[in-house]
Amino acid sequence: MTTPVTSPVTKAATAPAADGSTSTDVRPLLEVRDLVVRFPVRTGFLGRATGAVQAVGGVSLDVARGETLALVGESGCGKTTTGRAILRLVEPTAGTIRFDGTDLRALDARSLRAMRRRMQLVFQDPYSSLNPRLTIGDAIREGIVVHRLAEGAAADARVRALLDEVGLRPEWATRYPHEFSGGQRQRVGIARALAVEPEFLVLDEPVSALDVSVQAQVINLLARLQRDRALTYLFIAHDLGVVEQLATRVAVMYLGRIVEVAPVASLFTRPVMPYTQALLSAIPIPDPTAPRDRIPLLGDPPSPTSPPSGCVFHPRCMHPSRDAACTTLVPPLEIKAPGHLAACIKQPPTAVAPDAQHAAGATRAPAFVLPAAALRTRGAVGTGR
Amino acid sequence: MTDVATAPLLSLRDVRVRIRTRRGTIVPVDGVSLDVQRGEVVALVGESGCGKSLTALTILRLLDPPMALDASSRIEFDGVDLATLPERELRRVRGRRIGMVFQEPMTALNPVHTVGAQVAEVVLAHERVPRADAWARAVRMLVSVGIPDASVRARQYPHELSGGMRQRVMLAIALVLDPALLVADEPTTALDVTIQAQLLDLLRDAQRTRGASVLLITHDLGVVAETAQRVAVMYAGQVVEEAPVHALFAAPLHPYTEGLLAAMPRAGSARRELATIPGTVPPPEAWPTGCRFAERCPFMWERCTREAPPLHDAGDGRRARCHLVVEPSRRGERRLPLAAARP
Repeated sequence: MTTPVTSPVTKAATAPAADGSTSTDVRPLLEVRDLVVRFPVRTGFLGRATGAVQAVGGVSLDVARGETLALVGESGCGKTTTGRAILRLVEPTAGTIRFDGTDLRALDARSLRAMRRRMQLVFQDPYSSLNPRLTIGDAIREGIVVHRLAEGAAADARVRALLDEVGLRPEWATRYPHEFSGGQRQRVGIARALAVEPEFLVLDEPVSALDVSVQAQVINLLARLQRDRALTYLFIAHDLGVVEQLATRVAVMYLGRIVEVAPVASLFTRPVMPYTQALLSAIPIPDPTAPRDRIPLLGDPPSPTSPPSGCVFHPRCMHPSRDAACTTLVPPLEIKAPGHLAACIKQPPTAVAPDAQHAAGATRAPAFVLPAAALRTRGAVGTGR
Repeated sequence: MTDVATAPLLSLRDVRVRIRTRRGTIVPVDGVSLDVQRGEVVALVGESGCGKSLTALTILRLLDPPMALDASSRIEFDGVDLATLPERELRRVRGRRIGMVFQEPMTALNPVHTVGAQVAEVVLAHERVPRADAWARAVRMLVSVGIPDASVRARQYPHELSGGMRQRVMLAIALVLDPALLVADEPTTALDVTIQAQLLDLLRDAQRTRGASVLLITHDLGVVAETAQRVAVMYAGQVVEEAPVHALFAAPLHPYTEGLLAAMPRAGSARRELATIPGTVPPPEAWPTGCRFAERCPFMWERCTREAPPLHDAGDGRRARCHLVVEPSRRGERRLPLAAARP
């Protein structure tokens, strides 16, 4: 059985233009195609590989220069592995990763190291990622020296300037990580990533471990740095409130696949994929007068070792048109609105024609649904109905 | 003598925890007073290090040395002072009258026993019933916390269940003896939002259908808004504001609460600068003598550094530990907090 596969990601590249961006440089900074990451499952005394977990099952995405693409999803959906595979910190099993036109998977170790200067990673927990025996100044200096960007007094001056830029006192360079609070350590982590003058940052849950009041400071800092330095972000997160704050576009992952990509406003006001709708309805809203109805998800997330057939979300889906076709046809990630892609054959428009669905056992016709509960984060749906 | 039926189920009075350290004694919980009425969900909210989890532990007297409860602390539960109750009698209260759910179910569950056995164990520890009856009750309880195929799942070990399922098991253990009070310490923090939503529904059900009171400890104001009827906000070891949930979110009285609410990313605020609270929470050894929030506060004036504000009664069931309650005109003089001057 074949499913019609359009080439939606190339069209996704034009999404920022749909946002109003007037850039003539249409080539995205990062282009990922059909990225697959499989980890062997080892069992028994000898640790033989007896199977494989497909953590990332064919992810394609583009990140345009200067934009923030948020990669969201729940634990185990593959978002962190995707981020690391893009930087080749985890070796991809298949697929291509082009950064500024260069195929990263074709690079030897030496060229890869040179390329890494341009793309850096900021971790969730800056405490475990900073060496406790290095002063924060030395931690930041490391990259500057390794990449021969400066040395001696010039390197020191750079460290001080970086500390100042992220809102820390330059004279704190001689202090150790344990002397700082969580928010300050995250600022150090950001300064260290910026030390090598990168163009692209993978931010892996950078504010998840922080308290609300501090989280806001770091979000504002990331937004300011992006403006000042024309940075491009891949922002990995599970908190959709934070995502709405920072992202230009959002990609939703479920069980190793991207199931929806859209400009941020479009995703929050017209989510298409039933999983995205359920996810939005589950966000706790800091307003006791907000409606409480939610879209229930059936059961538990399935295991990535044995993903469901057809649409990976079908066993938990509440779409009224869900039928046998969903269990056999793999839904293509296709255009549902300008710049807005989603993988669902029951939410029109879809290129999976009625007769193809019928042949796959469909008993119900596609019909667009957008439950009010999916929009409960919008004040508009509030108490009115 | 107050009428037992109308008296609060739980009443903390001036609860104070001291910890002896090499550098001296710190007081991470410093005079917390709080009531939980029968059938009420109260949220105790605050950021890391504010003392909210320690406060929860004191209720069941689960403090280990060098932590110690101050002799003047009162923990009245259903007319009995738990602070002075002998350990033997306390054991009859824990698990039976007061259930507890912690953040990390994997560490709280025993890895070598099936989850059904762990629920049944609670029944057997407190009631003289045949094993088969205890098991049947355990399975019924697992059903009511939404575990599918409960009779099969009951025979599985904790590692065979997902995080969300394990937290349901914890809830089953906490609720199986129909406790009057459920203390839940960050019960959904380690869970994904979709699973969190299901758990919060279960907490509300426990209150609605079983009439249990719930003390919910959390850092998440979204969770508070969706679950609680009344809220106490903690900052630096003290309750700084207490109010019915609608009043708190509509018009916070304490500048710290106001700052927390403003700092939350919310719908429609996209790509706009978030309000922040400058500076960080001071550690227990550095708590100032005046108001503990003073240097992060946009309304601070000289009285704030000189005189620690009491928890003022502001009417309508609201209290706030802020001089603004008695000098509201000072609200007109907003300025940059001291902490903003330093990075």
